Amino acid sequence: MSRALKQMTRVEPVTFDLAVEPLRDLSVALHALGPQTNQTTWQILNPRGQHAVAVGVTVPVTIQIDGHVGYYCAGMNDGAAITIAGNAGPGVAENMMSGVVHVKGDASQAAGATAHGGLLIIDGNASARCGISMKGIDIVVKGSVGHMSAFMAQSGNLVILGDTGEALGDSLYEARIFCAGTPASLGADCEEKPMTPSDKTILVDLLQRAGVQAAPDDFKLYGSARTLYHFHVDNAGAY
Amino acid sequence: MNDSSGPHIPRTPPRKSATFDEYAIAEIQRAAATGIYDIRGGGTKRKLPHFDDLLFLGASVSRYPLEGYRERCGTDVVLGTRFASKPIHLKIPVTIAGMSFGALSGQAKEALGRGATLAGTSTTTGDGGMTPEERGHSQTLIYQYLPSRYGMNLTDLRKADAIEVVIGQGAKPGGGGMLLGQKISPRVAQMRNLPEGIDQRSACRHPDWTGPDDLEIKILELRELTNWEKPIYIKVGASRPYYDTALAVKAGADVVVLDGMQGGTAATQEVFIEHVGLPILAAIRPAVKALQDLGLHRKVQLIVSGGIRSGADVAKALALGADAVAIGTAALIAIGDNAPEWETEYQKLGTTAGSYDDWHEGRDPAGITTQDPVLAARLDPIKAGRRLANYLSVLTLEAQAIARACGKSHLHNLEPEDLVALTIEAAAMAQIPLAGTDWYPGKTGI
Repeated sequence: MSRALKQMTRVEPVTFDLAVEPLRDLSVALHALGPQTNQTTWQILNPRGQHAVAVGVTVPVTIQIDGHVGYYCAGMNDGAAITIAGNAGPGVAENMMSGVVHVKGDASQAAGATAHGGLLIIDGNASARCGISMKGIDIVVKGSVGHMSAFMAQSGNLVILGDTGEALGDSLYEARIFCAGTPASLGADCEEKPMTPSDKTILVDLLQRAGVQAAPDDFKLYGSARTLYHFHVDNAGAY
Repeated sequence: MNDSSGPHIPRTPPRKSATFDEYAIAEIQRAAATGIYDIRGGGTKRKLPHFDDLLFLGASVSRYPLEGYRERCGTDVVLGTRFASKPIHLKIPVTIAGMSFGALSGQAKEALGRGATLAGTSTTTGDGGMTPEERGHSQTLIYQYLPSRYGMNLTDLRKADAIEVVIGQGAKPGGGGMLLGQKISPRVAQMRNLPEGIDQRSACRHPDWTGPDDLEIKILELRELTNWEKPIYIKVGASRPYYDTALAVKAGADVVVLDGMQGGTAATQEVFIEHVGLPILAAIRPAVKALQDLGLHRKVQLIVSGGIRSGADVAKALALGADAVAIGTAALIAIGDNAPEWETEYQKLGTTAGSYDDWHEGRDPAGITTQDPVLAARLDPIKAGRRLANYLSVLTLEAQAIARACGKSHLHNLEPEDLVALTIEAAAMAQIPLAGTDWYPGKTGI
């Protein structure tokens, strides 16, 4: 029995050292947790850029990862609160269903890609394609985001306190993009929209949940112009 | 002496251009009128080198056949033996290819699941997620992992028996997709997190990885998500089969799915379907060679698809080195697509039974490629599933008949040596000799 599994028999926080034990054992241990587990606090040491750390967790446990992680950390998370005390590689919280993922540093490409729910907080910057094809997730980036962020974003909210790279919100569906900085450019079918009271309520709530002190009036709202919703030859250049 | 009307000069009959033939002219006229390319479903319709251009030699003095109905000819196949702790065991080497709920009606998906289960084989989801009906009626269900990730969720991922990472498909290697608004019903919209009735665009690349090195990491994630239980397939459209297969293996695939340009699509530009990719005949041997060069032939399994119609096609694909085949268009035909009973309605749509390919429009009289509840209700999934099972049985029996005639006690014992080609092109593509010769066109030093 691995040390982590032995610890699961106790109520104390579980510490898992990836410098000592393999990722495989960590995944097995996390996936074995039931909804009534009393092992609700986990600390993962020495991730050292490993990929697929803490993926597929389906119970509302708290996981602290001390260090930088590689690709797909917290992938498909469904209920856990995962904090990464470091930077995250591509695809952090990809396809998340629910829960909270908090990156204390920067995030690489495709943060929150295709995610259906939950909240992703990035204290630093996020690289290209942040929120690509997002399907309901809320993302708050305290820094800036790279090009093609929210590409084909379907639903959910992307809040950006900094600037954006080119083609923000290209081919957007119904996701909202709140940006306090300056987009380098808007992508096809993305336009600035008037911010309604309900939009502002959503923004204020997300800022509060992310622990951000910022004035909602400093943000602009971007959304879909919906010109690509039904193919028309006059819009062919946008495809 | 000529009469007053002048000399009789023989007239040549009207001559149509081989280049600007009837179809080409009509397409130019249609394009000029609409300003948009033609979109349709299905696979290529052009004549291509195919399995028809190959023949089995059968037994002879030097090889003895097996007795039909008495001597066993095995048909089973195990997929995913490389890394997965729970590989898939199928009774027959004919699987059902990925087709989405959305492109197909719920009844059609259920019928595919029922038929595959009766026959002891697998069926596959598509670009739209997994429906409870499909999972419930499919004993073995492969869950496609596509660029759009429509409907993708952890619960369904863990319910699947295998995961198929789709890089491309034979009808459109390198292409994305679009499901037109008329097929985005409330349920389809809900599954895809989209508004009802709008065009749904599918990306051509995955959103969170690019290239084979990233793919290796993505596969690692999928394995960790599913505790290394499920086989991971990688599906590619036939374009560079040697390198694509080698890279898929390098990335960690348990199974490679290779789809030729005869493979169907729910909706793609006609020009894409007809002009991009390779016929499956040209793709199998390079893929097999890649596996052989890596010492992994039969260890990483190869499924090929695109234009499989008969047991002869199945047997030829296996003889060239595949472990199994997948059928899509043929499965739809088996459950009722293009059935003559709907001829009157096909004619109202400007087509005829056997030619209907406007699958994207959602007006399928057979109730298969539609989300119209009235049309979809025409398809009885139980009867349609039985038709598919019957067809799969025939494919298997036909392949067994050929294999026994070649003296093989298992379909996997068929080999290239059992085959010859009728044309130089087919011989070169399949890397087998031209019939009646010892000439391998395209091979040097033989």
